[in-house]
Amino acid sequence: MSEQATMTNGATACLLRMYDEQHEIEDYQKGVPRWCTGCGDNAILAAVQRLCRDEGLRPEKTVFVSGIGCSSRLPHYMNTYGFHGLHGRALPVAEGIRMVRPDLAVFVNTGDGDCFSIGAAHWVHAVRYNMNLTVMVHDNQVYGLTKMQVSPTSPRGLKTNTTPLGAHLNPLQPLTVTLGVQNVSFVAQAVDWIPEVLYEIVRAAYHHRGLSFIRIVQRCPEFMPGALDPWVRDPQRVLILRHERGLKLSPALAQIYRNQLEHDPSNIHRAREIASTPDPIPVGILYHNPDAPCYEDLRRNMDQRTTDMIRRGLEAEFDKFTITSHGS
Amino acid sequence: MTTAATSGPMATTSAVAGTDGRKTVTTLREHIIDIISDSGEGAQRCGQSLGAIAARTGNGVWTVEIIPAEIQPPARSIAGASGNRIRLGSRRITNGGDEADLVVAFNEQVLLGRVRAGELKPGCIVLLESAWREDDNPEIAASYAGTCRDLLTAGYRLYEIPMEQECLEIVDDPRRGKNMFVLGMLCNIYSLDLQLARDQVARTFRKKAADVIESNVKLLEAGHSWAEQHLDFKFAIPAAPVTEPQIVINGNTAVALGVLASGMEICAMYPITPATSASHYLSEIFERVGGVVHQAEDEIAACAFAVGASYAGKCAVTITSGPGYSLKQEVLGLAVMGEIPLVVVNVQRGGPSTGQPTKAEQGDLLAAIFGSHGDAPKVVMAASTIEDCFYSVIAARRIAETFNTVVVVLSDANLATAQTPFPRPQFDEAWVAPPVDQSAVPRGLKPYSWDARTGLARRFIPGQPGGTHTLTGLAHDQNSAVAYDPELNQQGIRARSLKLAAFQRTLAPPPVFGGETGDLLVIGWGSTRGAIEEAVEGLRAEGRRVSSMHLRFLQPLAPGIKEIMQRFKRVMTIEGNWCDRADEEIIDESNRRYAAVAMLLRARYLIDVDCWSEVRGQPIKPGSVRRAILERLDRP
Repeated sequence: MSEQATMTNGATACLLRMYDEQHEIEDYQKGVPRWCTGCGDNAILAAVQRLCRDEGLRPEKTVFVSGIGCSSRLPHYMNTYGFHGLHGRALPVAEGIRMVRPDLAVFVNTGDGDCFSIGAAHWVHAVRYNMNLTVMVHDNQVYGLTKMQVSPTSPRGLKTNTTPLGAHLNPLQPLTVTLGVQNVSFVAQAVDWIPEVLYEIVRAAYHHRGLSFIRIVQRCPEFMPGALDPWVRDPQRVLILRHERGLKLSPALAQIYRNQLEHDPSNIHRAREIASTPDPIPVGILYHNPDAPCYEDLRRNMDQRTTDMIRRGLEAEFDKFTITSHGS
Repeated sequence: MTTAATSGPMATTSAVAGTDGRKTVTTLREHIIDIISDSGEGAQRCGQSLGAIAARTGNGVWTVEIIPAEIQPPARSIAGASGNRIRLGSRRITNGGDEADLVVAFNEQVLLGRVRAGELKPGCIVLLESAWREDDNPEIAASYAGTCRDLLTAGYRLYEIPMEQECLEIVDDPRRGKNMFVLGMLCNIYSLDLQLARDQVARTFRKKAADVIESNVKLLEAGHSWAEQHLDFKFAIPAAPVTEPQIVINGNTAVALGVLASGMEICAMYPITPATSASHYLSEIFERVGGVVHQAEDEIAACAFAVGASYAGKCAVTITSGPGYSLKQEVLGLAVMGEIPLVVVNVQRGGPSTGQPTKAEQGDLLAAIFGSHGDAPKVVMAASTIEDCFYSVIAARRIAETFNTVVVVLSDANLATAQTPFPRPQFDEAWVAPPVDQSAVPRGLKPYSWDARTGLARRFIPGQPGGTHTLTGLAHDQNSAVAYDPELNQQGIRARSLKLAAFQRTLAPPPVFGGETGDLLVIGWGSTRGAIEEAVEGLRAEGRRVSSMHLRFLQPLAPGIKEIMQRFKRVMTIEGNWCDRADEEIIDESNRRYAAVAMLLRARYLIDVDCWSEVRGQPIKPGSVRRAILERLDRP
């Protein structure tokens, strides 16, 4: 084959590959979501599908891991690899995947019950491990799949099937808890009714190397109809956190959401203050530290491992324990 | 085995001088030695060193740790005994044996614990630290003197030895050196080579400064010559030279080496007794060879982390003990449902609940087989020797990845800390897991394209082009889509069940120890193998028609077991889990709870399988097995 022909073929292959790796939104979609009309999960699904397309993620190199609950059905609607596991255990499964596969993009979709209640231990420790995962907590403040029970983030007084007289306690504040964990590296909050901002935050989270924690305040039209209406209807009850290293609002949105605060996401003390004032709902990147160490970077040491190294390692151990007969 | 030296009580209140160095050396086939002290006085190091020296000599050796439950139990307490049992023999030794022939005790209280537990043979030789007789505390001195009187009255052969006083000639703190003095005495008593002992001391303290080695060698020599001059007995246990290289390790070390040899590179765990030392050791070797021991935030997370790693293509292991195993059950069900290969090692301890963390029991078998909710078939195997701990983990990884399922390896506290020599394994490349399969999925192949006959399907791993799907713990169809059709659940459960049958077809019938037919077949599993076979061998030598069979796979059971059982007039199991005694007042056939394997065998083969078991937390002794067998043989 002539040199010129080789070059032409090479260029064609390159073009073909580019074409192959060019994906449309449809390439990431699978089936028809079975969430209720008006459920915030739909907005989150749309945001991640758009992200996959914009980032050109290869479907076979992408994994969505979830637990149990309405939120956790999300992987079923993604045409990527998915792991729809156990209630509360999405994070440790995702950590195991991440430890052995640095080549995959790994997302976690979990809910307020899944993450803050049954999986609470894993949540705190996952933040501390700071493995490279994009974690979205779909927080609708109620148990939906099991038909309306109180959740750790339910507002006090919420009448549910297990609290007929109203929820007894004040809700847990997920952002303050997360920001209190040593080695936290990325904390953001979004709301399902501002999809543009939700997308921007998911994108920023995806680009952060470490555990990015996004709490997404979302509506449950089935069990808490209208509960978030006062916030949805009044843009003043959303506090936009903007910064050149954080969220940048489009001029159109800036016109609507005028309650804005310049917040430097490297300032953890300020982030904690903002997090502890839940109303108006802060939306944006509360905290970002790109330099926090990732557990997998500290631990992964097996890339160079070969069968011969295993053999030599074993023989060295056997040598330590080998006895030879006296005099032999 | 009995000798003149242990044949009768002979009282001394102080050591007697030897007859100018020329003592009668009594030849023994085997002997059991207990060395016990307060925690931290080094009896364990002494025992292990003695075992190593004897093994180098070519003796059969089995060492068992005597462990107090607490880290620092109060000094001079009955429950605080810490140390080692060392069983030495001319032939291969497979278990800790019955009662001790010779005991070395650093104080009379730890000794009392062993006496009360029935661990001393009648007329047992007792070498006791004599410093307590002159103790400043009159209560201690009185307790010591009283115990000595009682021991003599009970017929033990007591030697009071001024160990501390002798050690003070060499070191300032005798607490730090007495163990090597005792090692020297024992080397003399058992006619072991002193140079070999010096080498062992140098090896034991190889990480210490030269003067530490020197002073320990001096202590060793002092003990040796003291025994030579002052004791009136001496033994020799003839040894056969070792022809092939042997390694001496305990069961947990064997498990860790098995993990390395299997090519697994992720072990996710949470600290729990008695399993943890396997992960300690693995952490060390993974630092050198590559690999991660992840100490998770809890047992559930450990199991889920391992499942995540396995799902992503690297079959992983989680190592635990009973309570941790209970916590992992839901995740194991998910792995079965998703057909994710996974190796679980359960180093069993006493249960239920927190039970007896440092003691041996075989109580987790049914939990391992049936534990998860719903129908969650998985492979369950049990290691029966320390060597088997190594090979079982290697086999488990291969089975897990061949059949895309969970494989549980059961060990127990007995195997975990006991040590014995076995042939040094010859590395085989086939042990090692292959690299992650990233080949494209052929068009049309589904994530669960279950083979109609075997239930097997290709393993889909993230990264494989054309394989995208969402694995789910929900009932699912061949596409891994949530199954809403009632027929689909039926299909999925059938496929996962058939895989066990497909695996069972690859197994050979278990070998029978003893004769192929007879009056009684004893069936065991796990760490009781050595004790059962020793008892069977002894009884066969006396003309009894008894054989035994040890089960490696408990789920599925190997083929041919029924045919073997049918060749014997009676069948019984011997197990370390609970069974009701048939002669209890309110127990009859309608309510008797059988031991785990007896129940499984009765259910599967419709054969009347009896059982004998005990749950004393101690390894089952060959003498107990012998009595249980004789009782069944002599029953009309």
